[in-house]
Amino acid sequence: MVTTTLNDMQWMATWLLLFPLIGFLTVGLFTKRMAPKWAGILASAFVFFNVIITFVLWSYINTTHQSFQFNLFEWIQFGAISVPFSVSIDSLTIVMLFVVNVVGWLIHVYSIGYMRHDEGIHRFFSYMNLFIFFMLILVMSSNYLMLFIGWEGVGLCSYLLIGFWYKDHLNNNAAKKAFIMNRIGDLGFLIGIFMMFHTFKTLDIQTIAGAATTMPSGNTALLIITLGLLMGAIGKSAQIPLFTWLPDAMAGPTPVSALIHAATMVTAGVYLIARSSVIFVLSPVTMHLILIIGLLTALISGLIAIYQHDIKKILAYSTVSQLGFMFIALGLGSFTGAMFHLTMHAFFKALLFMAAGSVIHALNQEQDIRNMGGLKNKIPLTFFLFLIGTLAISGIPPFAGFFSKEYILSAAYEQSTLMGVITTIIALLTTLYMFRLLFAVFYAPESPKVQSEKHIHESPWVMTIPMMVLALLSLVGGFVQMPASFNDINLFSNYLAPVFATATQLNHAVYQPLGTTFEWMTLTIPLLIIGLLIIWMYMLFAKKSITDHLSFWEKIMARKFYFDELYQITVVRPMMSLSKFFREFIDEKVINRLINSIGNDTLLIGEKLRLIQTGNIGFYLIIMVFSILAILIINFIR
Amino acid sequence: MFQLYLFIFLSVLALWSASMVLITKNPVHSVLYLTLTFFTLAGHYILLNAQFLAVVHVIVYAGAIMVLFLFTVMLLNLNKTGQFSKSTITKWMAVIAGGLLFVVLVASVKTTDLVININPNLSQSGLVKNLGNVLFTEYLLPFELSSVLFLSAMVGAVMLGDKHKK
Amino acid sequence: METIIQPLQTIPLMYYIIFCSALFSIGVIGILVKRNALTIFMSIELMLNSANILLAAFSAYRNDSSGQLFVFFIMVVAAAEIAIGLALLISIYRSSHSIDIHILNRLKW
Repeated sequence: MVTTTLNDMQWMATWLLLFPLIGFLTVGLFTKRMAPKWAGILASAFVFFNVIITFVLWSYINTTHQSFQFNLFEWIQFGAISVPFSVSIDSLTIVMLFVVNVVGWLIHVYSIGYMRHDEGIHRFFSYMNLFIFFMLILVMSSNYLMLFIGWEGVGLCSYLLIGFWYKDHLNNNAAKKAFIMNRIGDLGFLIGIFMMFHTFKTLDIQTIAGAATTMPSGNTALLIITLGLLMGAIGKSAQIPLFTWLPDAMAGPTPVSALIHAATMVTAGVYLIARSSVIFVLSPVTMHLILIIGLLTALISGLIAIYQHDIKKILAYSTVSQLGFMFIALGLGSFTGAMFHLTMHAFFKALLFMAAGSVIHALNQEQDIRNMGGLKNKIPLTFFLFLIGTLAISGIPPFAGFFSKEYILSAAYEQSTLMGVITTIIALLTTLYMFRLLFAVFYAPESPKVQSEKHIHESPWVMTIPMMVLALLSLVGGFVQMPASFNDINLFSNYLAPVFATATQLNHAVYQPLGTTFEWMTLTIPLLIIGLLIIWMYMLFAKKSITDHLSFWEKIMARKFYFDELYQITVVRPMMSLSKFFREFIDEKVINRLINSIGNDTLLIGEKLRLIQTGNIGFYLIIMVFSILAILIINFIR
Repeated sequence: MFQLYLFIFLSVLALWSASMVLITKNPVHSVLYLTLTFFTLAGHYILLNAQFLAVVHVIVYAGAIMVLFLFTVMLLNLNKTGQFSKSTITKWMAVIAGGLLFVVLVASVKTTDLVININPNLSQSGLVKNLGNVLFTEYLLPFELSSVLFLSAMVGAVMLGDKHKK
Repeated sequence: METIIQPLQTIPLMYYIIFCSALFSIGVIGILVKRNALTIFMSIELMLNSANILLAAFSAYRNDSSGQLFVFFIMVVAAAEIAIGLALLISIYRSSHSIDIHILNRLKW
């Protein structure tokens, strides 16, 4: 396998794109003839082929240490504009391929069990494969326009899958909200692309990165470009102010939430910024903006999550918070840290969503945690997996979350102690809401609903085995990158170092490396606090059911800081009244009158003209003679 | 010289009788004056040595068409005078229109170059033999078609004139 | 193109043109002035004949038979037209008992 040539690798990369596309077409078009279980098996098989190809490509890149890029076909080409459909594979791509394909495959297998009784199962799996296709286009593209195609495509699939149960119009509203908010971000992305083309006359990522190094830092063109791309990332990765769509997107099936809104689509924004690391590093204003947005998002959504009741909404806000973390890492210039946390987060967040799906499945579509409790003994395997996910996300060693958060926190401390402390405090919020969730669902006294449920059972093996794989990955995944004070294993950062080399060089911020003692302090003190918080949460939630007496500030947090209401007043209502104005005034009064007048005026003119026909022959004759005279005279004069 | 005087005499006679067609109130008198005009026009044809045309003109127009007119006048019992006429302003407008037409027609032709090949007295093209030669060789198709035209006219006239029995 | 042999002894073509134009104008005045449908028909005949004379004159002056043949066909058409026209007139008279064109004005809006 190692001795295969570059040409074979290109073929493999092309098949990466073709397999999910074929899956989409086959499962989507042959709905009537395919038995439901084959839909899931076929779709999962296609993604499994992708997993194999990913490993082959990974070993190739590992051994030859070469990234490659090739054109699939010429797409746009006229005059100065040349945008081919071209694929580029380097270590960053491999990381993303790994996340998308492996986690995607595991979720496909899980969905075979979860969506077993759903009548739209063919549609579901075809959309899932289509999503994988577009996500791969996004990740493997080597120019911004093709990336944008993938970007839009995953937005489309997100819409289709959120509104999967389309008969309930609340789901459709949630899908529309997601798509429209994404679109607002895409406007920024497009402006960035236009500016890029205007400045660099090309859209190829490597070429732009190379050309940008000749420009001074803080260049206006680069600023506009990066702000545009940032806006796109904000929309896609649910940062403030475009984050309210993600909790509403939980209206879709749980596998959709796991795949799209935890592991892959929402990380596209982070990937975009990481990919364009060179031009972002060259505009410090944008970097500061990314940092501030990340901090605010992580803080606010963390606070909201503490006071939610729906199990999936808590996980959704948790996703937003973790994405904020990734943005903090990007803002600090630690692109490797962001990618590391992205990968680890994909593992344990998908695991958490799948376990939540298990709980919902066991309790017959119950999603309110106030109606749960005491499930620890009833569904012990699910409890165990959920526990692993919770430990991972809270950053407790030796789970993966500890190492990824540690990487980010050390980058924060390197910038300044204050930044590090703030980031740590925000990270501790995770512990609060995740353990609240864990204790309320599994430890609290049984609610009446749980007592009345007769058939609380574990999920079938097809659902639990993928969860176990993810749990394993959450456990050992972190060991590829350990802090300097431990064993200083730098597998991950060394792997991604070539990709981010230029960016790290250009980064003008001066960082002080941490001393060993300081690093030990930053590791252990938060762990102690985490332990204290766990005990506090235990006392609050494990012993009694959740009561609803909230103080004033708690009420604001529970109401999501009134973001939705704010948007309703400032954006939605003016838009609606503008539409109303256009419809009632311009469309009905102006345009209709104009069109009607064409017909009416013709009738009027006809009515007046018909009076010429008097029937009087003498009149006709005189008119005839005079007309002939006129013709003759005009001819004669000429 | 003699021809010029003959021409002028015939023209004046033709124009006078044509005007009388319009001026008299009695329709029968109009028909008779028109017949006189046609005879003078026949004279013009002879002056041009268009022998065939002159004869055909007399037979067809003065002999058939005018007789037809007279039949119609008798049939419609139009020998009474006292038909209302149009308003004066209409008559003046008509005269002005006609006058203008005359002026424009003459003026437009006055400036052109008129091609004259021979003395019209000596032209042989009006003789029956020459005319028949051209008619039955070059213009055979219109000749045959005119027979179809006459057929349709006859059928139409008979059908229209027939009294429809209830 | 031969020149005129004895210009003083031939009638200038211009005289024919003036004569025919006058006859034509009289015919035009006739159709505009008269109210009797029959008289209008007669004026139309006048106009046709003026055209005939002019055609014959041109044909004679150029020694070309086509002009006179055209006159022949015009006469054919005129004859047919008169036949139909008068038959129509009689038919109308039978139904409305008048040939005054001010009264025959049913073909209006």
